[in-house]
Amino acid sequence: MPENVTIEVNGSQLPVAAGMSVATALFQAGEFRFRVSATGQPRAALCGMGICFECRVTIDGQANCRSCQILVRDGMVICTS
Amino acid sequence: MDTRESSSFDAVVVGAGIVGAACANELAEAGLRVAICEQNGYVGGGATAAGMGHLAVMDDSDAQFALTSYSQSLWRELARELPVEAEYLACGALWVAADEEELSEVERKLRFYRNRNIPAQILDSKQLAEAEPNLRAGLAGGLLLTADSVCYPPCAAGYLIKRAIATSGSILFGKKVTDVSESGVRLEDNTFLAAGLTVIATGAAAVRLVPEIDVHPRKGHLAITDRYPGFVRHQLIELGYLKNAHSTTADSVAFNVQPRVTGQILIGSSRQFGVEDAAAEGPMLSNMLARAIEYMPAIADLSTIRVWTGFRAATPDNLPLIGARPGYRRIYLATGHEGLGISTSLATARLLADEILGRASTIPRSPYEPSRSFAVHA
Repeated sequence: MPENVTIEVNGSQLPVAAGMSVATALFQAGEFRFRVSATGQPRAALCGMGICFECRVTIDGQANCRSCQILVRDGMVICTS
Repeated sequence: MDTRESSSFDAVVVGAGIVGAACANELAEAGLRVAICEQNGYVGGGATAAGMGHLAVMDDSDAQFALTSYSQSLWRELARELPVEAEYLACGALWVAADEEELSEVERKLRFYRNRNIPAQILDSKQLAEAEPNLRAGLAGGLLLTADSVCYPPCAAGYLIKRAIATSGSILFGKKVTDVSESGVRLEDNTFLAAGLTVIATGAAAVRLVPEIDVHPRKGHLAITDRYPGFVRHQLIELGYLKNAHSTTADSVAFNVQPRVTGQILIGSSRQFGVEDAAAEGPMLSNMLARAIEYMPAIADLSTIRVWTGFRAATPDNLPLIGARPGYRRIYLATGHEGLGISTSLATARLLADEILGRASTIPRSPYEPSRSFAVHA
């Protein structure tokens, strides 16, 4: 059984398995709009390997973090836009 | 020699960077039929696209002050009609003093600007921290120049070109000029464009057509971040910038960052002589970014999305060459603007048009005459 951690997504507490990427956790939580593009289009993880930059979210107050490259951590605060 | 069908113009401007664009616009406005030759397939692909676009008033010499302040007043007029893509932003500039020694320089600068009616105010350490919360704590203070602004130079150049074309001009893209004479210019494909006069505005590349001028490429690096609205509020420059910028021998970096309308942050700057390779250099970039992080530690956590280089057209006395090419009557130069080509483009064009049309100028033209002796200023 994988260990669970709790992250906060847009103000809601969310228990997730340790070791998964933030992008995976967001998809699992049913979040398909990670951010809004400069022209107002919804965006979410696409390449999953840190190249396309579509999956950027704010993590612990730091804007523009690539969620597919960062693993969940207990107490992590994530904001999509 | 096989000569292709020729066309005739009152004026040919070589180079569609911001200086060439501004010259074409001024000459078209004066009623001349203008052709612009640009070797790239687009406007502003050289130093114009590589630079920051800080529209500054400088105090390093009276001649530089005269040109930059005159140009800033022309920019303020033009700003009313610039399209939004030109991203004109009246954000002001803040010269940052790290210690007490630099703060005394701030006081000197304040007197300089105030004596010349340029709005300026000193910020103490606390006011500086409030004005720019992401600067490191403990900086001594700064000088705020509220009238400085920034723009996105390629789009500003594009607008000036459009204006010139709408008034009385045309542009030839992808046409490299191979020779300039008193009667016109010859293009790479051997087309000859007859011209009443020719203006050479090709920045550091001008020496290709005008080998006798003392203009040398000075390489610079810039980086741009992702969007972080509000992270930086003013054009920020360390006070050591002028010391570094005007060293004519050593490579140097200086803290110089700019907020863009998009929320992106431009991070500079570096200066290198004697490098012709345009490739971005790891060691220069790391020095430049380390300097930026020294002043703004939180920059280290930002995501940089692109870096690039460009070449400034440097002259021995740091002033541009504006006016008739020595020994010629119908060839004019508008180059050598170093890091101030965007700032001074509009004044450059106005002064050059004054000379060409025999008009009086608002400021003396002599400090920028290409025939001046550099030995006097060296």
